[in-house]
Amino acid sequence: MYSEGGSFMKGMLLGGIFCIVATLLSSFNFGHQQHTDHHNHHHVNAPSKEELLRLPEHKRIELSQNIRVYCVILVEPKELAYWAAVRETWSKHCDKAEFYSSEEVKVFESVSVETKDPWIMLRKALKHAFDNAKDHKWYFIARPTTFAIIENLKYLLLNKDPDQPFYLGHMVKSGDLEFIELSGGIVLSTEALKRLVGVLGDSSKCPEQGRMIWKLPEDKELAVCLKYTGVFAENAEDTEGKDIFNTKSVNTLINEAMAETPQEVAESCCSDVAVTFNGHSPNNMHVMMFGVYRLRPFGHKFHDSLVFLPPKDSDND
Amino acid sequence: MNPDLITRMKLNCSREGWMAMKSSRGTFYLGFIVGTCTLYFFLMQVPLNKNLHKLSLLVTSKNKLKVENESLNWKVGGPALINLEHPHLKGKDSSVADDIYNKVRILCWVMTYPSNLKKKARHVKATWSRHCNTVIFVSSMDDPSFPTIGLNMKEGRDQLYWKTIHALHYLEQHHFNESDWFLKADDDTFVIVDNLRWILANYTPEEPIYFGKRFRPFTRQGYMSGGAGYVLSKGALQRFVEGFRTNVCSHTSSVEDLALGKCMEKMGVLAGDSRDSLLRETFHPFVPETHLTGKFTQSLTYRNYCYYPTVQGPQCCSDLAVSFHYVNAELMYILEYYTYHLRAYGYQYRYNPGLPDNYARLLAH
Repeated sequence: MYSEGGSFMKGMLLGGIFCIVATLLSSFNFGHQQHTDHHNHHHVNAPSKEELLRLPEHKRIELSQNIRVYCVILVEPKELAYWAAVRETWSKHCDKAEFYSSEEVKVFESVSVETKDPWIMLRKALKHAFDNAKDHKWYFIARPTTFAIIENLKYLLLNKDPDQPFYLGHMVKSGDLEFIELSGGIVLSTEALKRLVGVLGDSSKCPEQGRMIWKLPEDKELAVCLKYTGVFAENAEDTEGKDIFNTKSVNTLINEAMAETPQEVAESCCSDVAVTFNGHSPNNMHVMMFGVYRLRPFGHKFHDSLVFLPPKDSDND
Repeated sequence: MNPDLITRMKLNCSREGWMAMKSSRGTFYLGFIVGTCTLYFFLMQVPLNKNLHKLSLLVTSKNKLKVENESLNWKVGGPALINLEHPHLKGKDSSVADDIYNKVRILCWVMTYPSNLKKKARHVKATWSRHCNTVIFVSSMDDPSFPTIGLNMKEGRDQLYWKTIHALHYLEQHHFNESDWFLKADDDTFVIVDNLRWILANYTPEEPIYFGKRFRPFTRQGYMSGGAGYVLSKGALQRFVEGFRTNVCSHTSSVEDLALGKCMEKMGVLAGDSRDSLLRETFHPFVPETHLTGKFTQSLTYRNYCYYPTVQGPQCCSDLAVSFHYVNAELMYILEYYTYHLRAYGYQYRYNPGLPDNYARLLAH
């Protein structure tokens, strides 16, 4: 009886261990698979130091000088304060910055698209950009509530071929649709924009009034049209996996970090090479300009593998 | 899954067992089945993946915290936090900063109150004060857990100069030899200590001199704003204490920065020029937004208060700014992020000053 009880207990113990091990193995495999899946399809990373150093120096200099970004900034007259702040701050670092306004405004130069509908505005702006700026390899679309650091965008794009279809930014999944949120900035390669322009005329795939009965926001409409041409949204991250396109402001992200990781707020809130933040007031954009391009502690050097020079005729950077 | 079902299944399993062969091998197999069944249903109750993930997160975050605390490298010497190693950031070559760190030693003393420890002082502790060689939080009460020192003081704005007098005497008595410069800051002042070292590298600590945001009125040589922070050389500290010993200086008023400025003037301590090589201010009495975009700093009142001519717009402030005031907790971390983390990759700064000539004469400690 005793020996039977003993072997019963041994059996139970072994059975339990077997069960745990089996579950662990199956969950581990599943998790791993998911990770590789995600990695293959959905993110794009900035080049690592090793990748950059593999290129000879003259090649790196050539690349940093040749990469040209055309900024498409969609504005409305009621956002004049933001428009002014963008003009005076980050847009000076675009190789070309064009403001597309719903209507002509006396104070600032812009290309008027003569519509208030955001989706039609985006279509017209992108068509205009494509027709007028083919020598630029990359297109960056933003609203004036966004602050962008173009050098960090160029760093992200350095080792990517603009003749391949790229559609990057802060990616969000809405049901079946993966799209890039406009508030975090949208990046399109020449090839992606070419394909988009090609399908703009096709009203069965990419109509002006949108394909749904109700109106989708323009960033979702864009994703739908691009999907037809085989261009898919990808999330952009730095070499540590942090998002570099942010749809929130630094203040919001810092407050979140103060609650979640109070021991290392500034270290964990956001990427060191972030490209965009959204929701800063016009005054805060001037502070960010100072913070990004000027304020720094003496005695620390970065041996960056790329060189970007300050723009001419500017004194706040 | 209710527990009833589990026990029923368990009973069924064992009932089957009893009806089967009563050999030890049989009971072994039976036990195996029972064990597997039980654990399988138990594991089904709880989403395993989520728990494992949470557990691994908890473990790594705890480990990270441990590493973080250990790497803080603070030695607690009474109320003073003595920095054993200059904090390093990934990807940076900090060799120049490390060298100056040893040659221009700064003791930071932060004025705070018991009621402000959680609201303000702890954010100072978590951000810029980590770059000082030594930091002491001066409160009205001793609190070894923070740590703060009390100096047996009462709280209140009218006690500000008394607090300063007592603090400076304390520093002269206990920390005179371990530091070259003594920086005073409030718990809502943000200081970029590395930039302060760059300015002070131009001078020797034995000279009686002090720096800060220089104001013009009420004195011949001007005085330094309390809120924007001010820094005394060893020589200046010595003279301040000497002034009280000989009654040349006394508690004349509770307006701490002005009273201190008057004592400095009487004792022959020079009010230094803290501007950068392009004559841009480094110590700032307000937040960056006010200086870069505000209307107040364009007013006649403010301009008359400032010792040096004020500049509107982005050139108000040096790239190598040293301090800002009225900085709340959120802004402390934002400024820490802007100063030490966020940057434009590969960007060549317009302003690139080197180390001053005097630096070669300074000795490492």
